[in-house]
Amino acid sequence: MQSNAALEYDYSVVKLFTYTTILFGFLGMLIGTLIASQLAFPELNYLLGEYGTFSRLRPVHTNIVIYGFTLSGIWATFYYVGQRTLKVSIAESKFLTIMSKVHFWLYFVGALIGVVSLLLGFSASKEYAEFEWPIDVVVVLIWVIWGVTMFGLIGIRREKTLYISLWYYIACFLGIAMLYLFNNMEVPTYLVAGVGSVWHSVSMYSGTNDALVQWWFGHNAVAFAFTVPIIAIIYYFLPKESGQAVYSYKLSLLSFWGLMFVYLWAGSHHLLYATVPDWMQTMGSIFSIVLILPSWGSAINMLLTMKGEWNQLTDNPLIKFMVLASTFYMLSTLEGPIQAIKSVNAIAHFTDWIPGHVHDGVLGWVAFTIMSALFHMAPRAFKREIYSKSLMETQFWLQTTAVVLYFTSMWIAGITQGMMWRAVDEYGNLMYSFIDTVAVLRPYYTIRALAGLMYLTGFIIFTYNMYMTITASKKLEEEPQFRSPMA
Amino acid sequence: MFHWLEKNPFFFSVGVFVVIAFAGLIEILPNFAEASRPVLGLKPYTVLELAGKEVYKKDHCIACHSQLIRPFKSETDRYGMYSLSGEYAYDRPFLWGSKRTGPDLHRVGNYRTTDWHENHMWDPTSVVPQSIMPAYKHHFTNIADIDTAYAEAFTVKTVFSTPYDVEGGVKLGTLDEAKAAALTEAKVIAADMKNQNVKDAVTRGEIPEIVALIAYMHRLK
Repeated sequence: MQSNAALEYDYSVVKLFTYTTILFGFLGMLIGTLIASQLAFPELNYLLGEYGTFSRLRPVHTNIVIYGFTLSGIWATFYYVGQRTLKVSIAESKFLTIMSKVHFWLYFVGALIGVVSLLLGFSASKEYAEFEWPIDVVVVLIWVIWGVTMFGLIGIRREKTLYISLWYYIACFLGIAMLYLFNNMEVPTYLVAGVGSVWHSVSMYSGTNDALVQWWFGHNAVAFAFTVPIIAIIYYFLPKESGQAVYSYKLSLLSFWGLMFVYLWAGSHHLLYATVPDWMQTMGSIFSIVLILPSWGSAINMLLTMKGEWNQLTDNPLIKFMVLASTFYMLSTLEGPIQAIKSVNAIAHFTDWIPGHVHDGVLGWVAFTIMSALFHMAPRAFKREIYSKSLMETQFWLQTTAVVLYFTSMWIAGITQGMMWRAVDEYGNLMYSFIDTVAVLRPYYTIRALAGLMYLTGFIIFTYNMYMTITASKKLEEEPQFRSPMA
Repeated sequence: MFHWLEKNPFFFSVGVFVVIAFAGLIEILPNFAEASRPVLGLKPYTVLELAGKEVYKKDHCIACHSQLIRPFKSETDRYGMYSLSGEYAYDRPFLWGSKRTGPDLHRVGNYRTTDWHENHMWDPTSVVPQSIMPAYKHHFTNIADIDTAYAEAFTVKTVFSTPYDVEGGVKLGTLDEAKAAALTEAKVIAADMKNQNVKDAVTRGEIPEIVALIAYMHRLK
């Protein structure tokens, strides 16, 4: 340790982003549970008039979870991990301190306006890129500001070597910047025609090209928001919480550069059997399979970090969250490539297996990792011990059961529907009308809604636990080194 | 080399960017010009159809409906001829969707009537008893935004040279001309409808969203 070991880090922005992670997490999961229930009980579509239908709320759900919950979690951890691995406090630079505050407030206000704009129906109708152009401009601005604080912090660092987590944060920054910019290239119609809505725009690309750009974006937005920065988080917090060194530096190198190189190619697996050229589809399919290597590389590196310390799994629920998150990451990154095989995709595409796949990734991997990072940071940032270990245990089992229920019901629903769409009788006629294939899914939709409710309940327990930790828990005299203290 | 990169954030970032950027270049660029070409005889959307497409986007119909028929017998039997790239040449954005909670709509204009759509959007279970689709009654009262639809057509004509105002094609003209044309088109559809409020609105010169949406549905074939 150098003389700056006792450096006081400034956690004010970490705290702000922690609050929004919890707020947007709750809202996103609440709406998610509502729209899942609407599929099982359609009467629930009429709670909020024209603003409450499944179709209007679905992008609200996805956008709050991606750009609200996940981004907040990424930034809460970035301002924590960034300062600590670079061994520099953000308070040492007045400029960076101000920029980080601007970053937060612009983001918070922008996110609220974005949510309202989607509810009102201002939408570009490209999945996960629904925000219309005025919001896009704000998003770009927020992103640039994050770039300034990140590279600013790197510029004044004491530790010269960038830790693994920072590689991933940098990649997240660059990847999303490139993808978001190119996919949201659009022409505001008011500026050209001088009439109509100021919000409206048309995409720079049309038809098949638009589809290609969109899924190059869509798939890799998942990569660079739901995978890359989450790996950044777990690479810091699992070793810290367990007190173990990362298992292999070489493996982390291989999986980082491998992931960077391979991921972008896989986007076209969303367009199998569509009107894009065959070679492109095949390329997407093959690279999706190759993607297993770097994905499992990171996950195995995490699991082996626990080597010889597996007893921690039984007595520290935080380790449980992180180890299970890594395991779900392995499941999800095996399932995705399987779905990208052309013959499997022919059945799986357009069915509920796809949201099933997304959710074992986001509920099991992303949210578990973010929540455990928030738990780990709380005793350091708020200088109090975690309020309740038993609540944490309850949350863990409730949410784990929820995830398993979610993806198993959607597996069955998806494959059932995919098989029914193609079923023919002995004369070669289609056996089922479309509505038959919907009616058969109602029980699975009910199970999924229940799973959503359980996960949401777990999140409410998490929120309560965090709230009590922040406000009422026992004060800590000094910062815990590894394992987070909990009552 | 990697140790060196980890100490030099600038070159590290450049390295990452190069590695992630070129997949996009290779996959998207080579086919770009070809994929923009329309099939022979494809006409751009009329202003009323564009207004309907706006309703489709606003209420996120793509959350449950695709517009992409894959080249499988089970799909062509159910929905019609498989989709061709050139059919989408004037779609900005593309609306293929990624989930079929409801059926594909790429050729819905071939087999559904105004009357069917009117009943279905008012109460889906009245025509498909087991349907889980919500009713969209607000389409019957909200007025479609023809100005914005015109702005869209004008923009794609100006910026992307979409062939409006060509011989034998779709006429766009001035805003007033376009509005008059949209109303004429709307009257044809409203004549087949039974909802009195919709009929009255069209008589007054206003076009409810449902009329524009039905115009768009009929265009999909």
